[in-house]
Amino acid sequence: MGAMIEIKNLGKTFFTKENQVVALEGVSLEIEEGEIFGIIGLSGAGKSTLVRCMNYLEKPTTGSVVFDGQALHTMSEKQLRKARQSISMIFQGFHLLMQRNALQNVCFPLEIAGVPKKEAEKKAKEMLELVGIADKMQAYPSQLSGGQKQRVAIARALATNPKVLLCDEATSALDPTTTRSILALLQEINRKLGVTIVIITHEMGVIEAICKRVAILDRSHVAEMGKVEDIFVNPQSEIAKQLIYPQGRKEGTFQKGECVRIVFDGRSSFEPVVSNMVLACGTAVNILFADTKNIDGQAFGQMLLQLPDDETAKRKIFAYLTSRNIHFEEEFANV
Amino acid sequence: MFNAQMMQLLAKGIWETLYMTLVSSFLAYLLGLPLGLLLIVTDKNGIRPMRVLNRLLSFVINFVRSVPFLILLIAVIPFTRFLVGTSVGSTATIVPLVLASAPFVARMVESSIKEVDRGVVEAAQSMGASPWQIVWKVLLPEAKPSLILNAAIATTTILGYSAMAGFVGGGGLGTISINYGFYRYQSDVMLVTVLLLVVIVQVFQEIGMRIAMKGDKRSH
Ligand SMILES: Nc1ncnc2c1ncn2[C@@H]1O[C@H](COP(=O)(O)OP(=O)(O)OP(=O)(O)O)[C@@H](O)[C@H]1O
Ligand SMILES: [Mg+2]
Repeated sequence: MGAMIEIKNLGKTFFTKENQVVALEGVSLEIEEGEIFGIIGLSGAGKSTLVRCMNYLEKPTTGSVVFDGQALHTMSEKQLRKARQSISMIFQGFHLLMQRNALQNVCFPLEIAGVPKKEAEKKAKEMLELVGIADKMQAYPSQLSGGQKQRVAIARALATNPKVLLCDEATSALDPTTTRSILALLQEINRKLGVTIVIITHEMGVIEAICKRVAILDRSHVAEMGKVEDIFVNPQSEIAKQLIYPQGRKEGTFQKGECVRIVFDGRSSFEPVVSNMVLACGTAVNILFADTKNIDGQAFGQMLLQLPDDETAKRKIFAYLTSRNIHFEEEFANV
Repeated sequence: MFNAQMMQLLAKGIWETLYMTLVSSFLAYLLGLPLGLLLIVTDKNGIRPMRVLNRLLSFVINFVRSVPFLILLIAVIPFTRFLVGTSVGSTATIVPLVLASAPFVARMVESSIKEVDRGVVEAAQSMGASPWQIVWKVLLPEAKPSLILNAAIATTTILGYSAMAGFVGGGGLGTISINYGFYRYQSDVMLVTVLLLVVIVQVFQEIGMRIAMKGDKRSH
């Protein structure tokens, strides 16, 4: 599988009347065909600008974007418009046409592409079925909930059989339950249709839920990039740490004594490590702190356990952890 | 005094007023709608920014709008003669009416279309829509209710102008009101013509509102 989107040394500076705003600088990344790629960053980091450069709605000041083997900067306006039919986009604000009903909204990109009306309607109905709101076909956006609107927007984005779906904060206006259902839908679309998905967000939860790889954007630069689980276990940059541990890396602070820090780096989250250990060693432990996350059925994070005073019991626990290949560090909890 | 002859005169006045107003409104939109669209499209945040054209257009529109209607009416008499052959009567009045109201219509159209969410335009662009497709398939249909509402306002304004044109022989209810009410001191005739104008304005406004509301899919 090759790269679907290849961004090299991308820079974008906005020139306003008074000053210049550097929105992106030296951004390089590759998005593989068929993957779900996340881009996370704080507000103003340049995420929207980056995603708008991917379909050349925004022309970069420097660098290049290669989409499916074609360099976008070599294309004429007309060729670009054609290419954009293969790079769909959904937005935080849905951006549906208010004077068209759901079906007509989904027909819209097909009309633009010059698909005959009958054919367009058939395709639009299929798409609305795929996203699970075929029953709302005749409803106008003003009659739909946020989640339903986003489903219509997704159906609309998929109508032209795009290769890539760019999602700019697509779930940021939705409640947690609706967010989960929309993310599940995106995952299903990725699996069923093989559409490459780029997710822009400022919420780590969204990245955890469905992304394979992630780029962390910090003040116009890529601070860190890699597999989601790697970055979770071992965040390098300040911004990554800040995003993963929003309240700061917690330490057990209330008791003196010997402790062990267990690091989960992708072990099946179905395996109850701590309780198995307690059963195997026949000794109780005290959980001082735990921060674990379940990503795609695997456990990531860390846990701080207070050990019993008994030396034998301690050695048993270390031996157990070693035998189970669980990474751990001995340490003393601060007072 | 409201004999058959007077009734006939009023009927003719109503007809002339409606004729002037509706034909002028139509022609004013024929000119003003594209101008308004051009203002939007060439704006610096528009879909085809063209600074010089935008500035020039904006200046001309402001210029014409700042000329008082009666002065414009007299100033364009040679042009009216050239087009219509005469400068009196309702057909001749259409010329200054259109010239005066087209810039106003352009501004109305501009403000209606400005109400369309920028994000919807961006979504259309992201689907590969051309500027032309954006105008026809996004801007105009999305702004339709507001355009209709503003058209009712523009039409009633043109109606007001047409009555003003009555002072200088423009025909219609305005001329009747001046000739009988002002020159012959028949204030009852003046009152009736004014009432008729009020009724026509109400009807136009009401029709515009109804069509706009009925067609607006946002208000469910
Ligand atoms: N058209 C523009 N003109 C001038 N500056 C701009 C423009 N668009 C974006 N910027 C600036 O570029 C920077 C990055 O903006 P961008 O919208 O990409 O951020 P973001 O990461 O998407 O933020 P958010 O999470 O708030 O959406 C900001 O400082 C913004 O003010
Ligand atoms: Mg943004």
